[in-house]
Amino acid sequence: MSEDNVILRVDHLVKYFPIKRGIIIQKQIGAVHAVDDISFDVKRGETLGLVGESGCGKSTTGRTILQLYRPTSGSVIYDGVDLVKLKGEDLRHMRRKMQMIFQDPYASLNPRMTVGEIVGEPLIIHKIASQKEVEEHVSNLLELVGLNPSFAARYPHEFSGGQRQRIGVARALALQPALIVCDEPISALDVSIQAQVVNLLEDLQKQFNLTYLFIAHDLSMVRHISKRVAVMYLGVLVEMTSRDNLYANPMHPYTQALLSAVPIPDPVADEKRQRTILVGDVPTPVNPPSGCRFRTRCPIAVPMCAEARPEFRQLRPDHFVACFLAK
Amino acid sequence: MPAPLLDVKGLETQFKTPDGIVHAVNRVSFDLQEGETLGIVGESGCGKSVTMLSLLRLIQSPPGKITAGSAAFSGLDLLKMSNDEIRHIRGAEITMIFQDPMTSLNPVLTVGLQLAEPLMLHLGMDRKQANARSAELLEMVGIPKAKDRLGDYPHQFSGGMRQRVMIAMALSCSPQILIADEPTTALDVTIQAQIIELVKRLRDELGMAIIWITHDLGIIAGLAKRVIVMYGGFIIEEAPVKELYAHPEHPYTIGLIGSLPRVDEAGHHRLVSIDGQPPILFERPEQCPFAPRCKYAIDRCWKENPALAMVGYDHHRVACWVDTKTGSARG
Repeated sequence: MSEDNVILRVDHLVKYFPIKRGIIIQKQIGAVHAVDDISFDVKRGETLGLVGESGCGKSTTGRTILQLYRPTSGSVIYDGVDLVKLKGEDLRHMRRKMQMIFQDPYASLNPRMTVGEIVGEPLIIHKIASQKEVEEHVSNLLELVGLNPSFAARYPHEFSGGQRQRIGVARALALQPALIVCDEPISALDVSIQAQVVNLLEDLQKQFNLTYLFIAHDLSMVRHISKRVAVMYLGVLVEMTSRDNLYANPMHPYTQALLSAVPIPDPVADEKRQRTILVGDVPTPVNPPSGCRFRTRCPIAVPMCAEARPEFRQLRPDHFVACFLAK
Repeated sequence: MPAPLLDVKGLETQFKTPDGIVHAVNRVSFDLQEGETLGIVGESGCGKSVTMLSLLRLIQSPPGKITAGSAAFSGLDLLKMSNDEIRHIRGAEITMIFQDPMTSLNPVLTVGLQLAEPLMLHLGMDRKQANARSAELLEMVGIPKAKDRLGDYPHQFSGGMRQRVMIAMALSCSPQILIADEPTTALDVTIQAQIIELVKRLRDELGMAIIWITHDLGIIAGLAKRVIVMYGGFIIEEAPVKELYAHPEHPYTIGLIGSLPRVDEAGHHRLVSIDGQPPILFERPEQCPFAPRCKYAIDRCWKENPALAMVGYDHHRVACWVDTKTGSARG
């Protein structure tokens, strides 16, 4: 695939959150290693799924890419521009092209603004449309996401979770972005509503050639929506490849365990399955294990795993794995 | 078939709210055999949790009220017992584990104390015996260094470990029925797999019956023997697990199974989505509760609410006027 197809390049991205002690005189006593040196590309028009369990740093990655958090080090190159170096007006200008859909449709909409104000606000902030034009834009956007344009005068509390998520999608689309970071956009919704929102996201992607970074913990939904999938564990990427490769031939022991833990809604297929049940919990990112982050729960770990961090290397064409033992 | 362990008939529960009476559970009837695992599936607000809370008489009244029905458990009606009697059943004969182990454990008491409480209350153990048994129980649910952790508080345990503590507590008096209300929803998949594996092992060792409530059809597939699907406070379908997944009859069940992406499925197909929203039952519907979202709906569906009726063979019951295989009215 040619270089200019890459819309977003994340290069050695690191984000630590300081842990401080003291009320008046604060001293940093440690750091949460939320994202620790990850690199990947996202290609124009594709959906890259980013999966991992809670606390693995997948949401922090999404927010750091959009510069909602400024990274500790590393670069985020969008269309050839390093966002990390941008400030103020320049950064705001770039933000038009990247939007976010949040997990919680209850917390991410201001309860004191009408739907029209919420969806239209980005247009006003970025001075794209006059007050009059905004109304028209808003009703087009609402129609696009399958809501009645007359809803613009109502408040978020009048809507169900699925409808609110549609409002969130309309707001993200307002500035006609090329990249949308979807941070668990369906995990708060009921099963029958999840399919509605996922189908909407897929339709919009086709219509506007959108690129999605789809962050989720639900591996079956990620398989459904993504073209490529990256698996994260405790702040690092452990495996990244095309969707079919990942699910047919997972190479990292964590990916293998994760896939085998997902319930299959089919009693016959479920009976035939081999399961790997991991022991223990995810260690704390404040003090992550030395060497390979996964070694404390890994069923096949060897002494070498404690000594050095395995490189995120390309084992097959377009198949990256961070494990010494993968071949 | 032997007499069921639990036999629920015509259960109705309502809540008085400022906006009117919510009919949360309507004419719910089901039974549970000894040692059987029954799955109850439905989306939020379908009445699955309220059904279980009603059986254990844990509905706060007011605003809630059990208005009709019976629930026979070893010859007694759970719904007609005195408060004292039900207290001896709850936590001893029938126990429950909840979705969020952090809010269902007392944060200011040590885990050891909370484990010992039912042992002393129901089994009449003294403090020393109860402590020894508590340590055994923690060991049984796979908590390392169990003895040393009795003095710890719930916040010192991780989410998965807290759920293990809850399970230890629920099994402490060797109950006949364990009710599990979405116990793995708040957990990560690898931890969820651990907990499900643990429950399966304990079920085989101890032989209790389990009612597992969830919105996740995936979990039920590998766990339950029989499944009940609820919608809008009604049971709309009931079948043995393999039969339900292979031949779902109710349009809602068909939609629910079709709306799930599968981790073991290659290729891409568009998900079946069910349009519209789940209902809020301010009025007891005269029509089928699913009719507004149903693509099979015929005239009769808007006039009469179908009762559960046997279809085909193998104890498959469904509440629908339409034969979804042909799309025409059931004969």
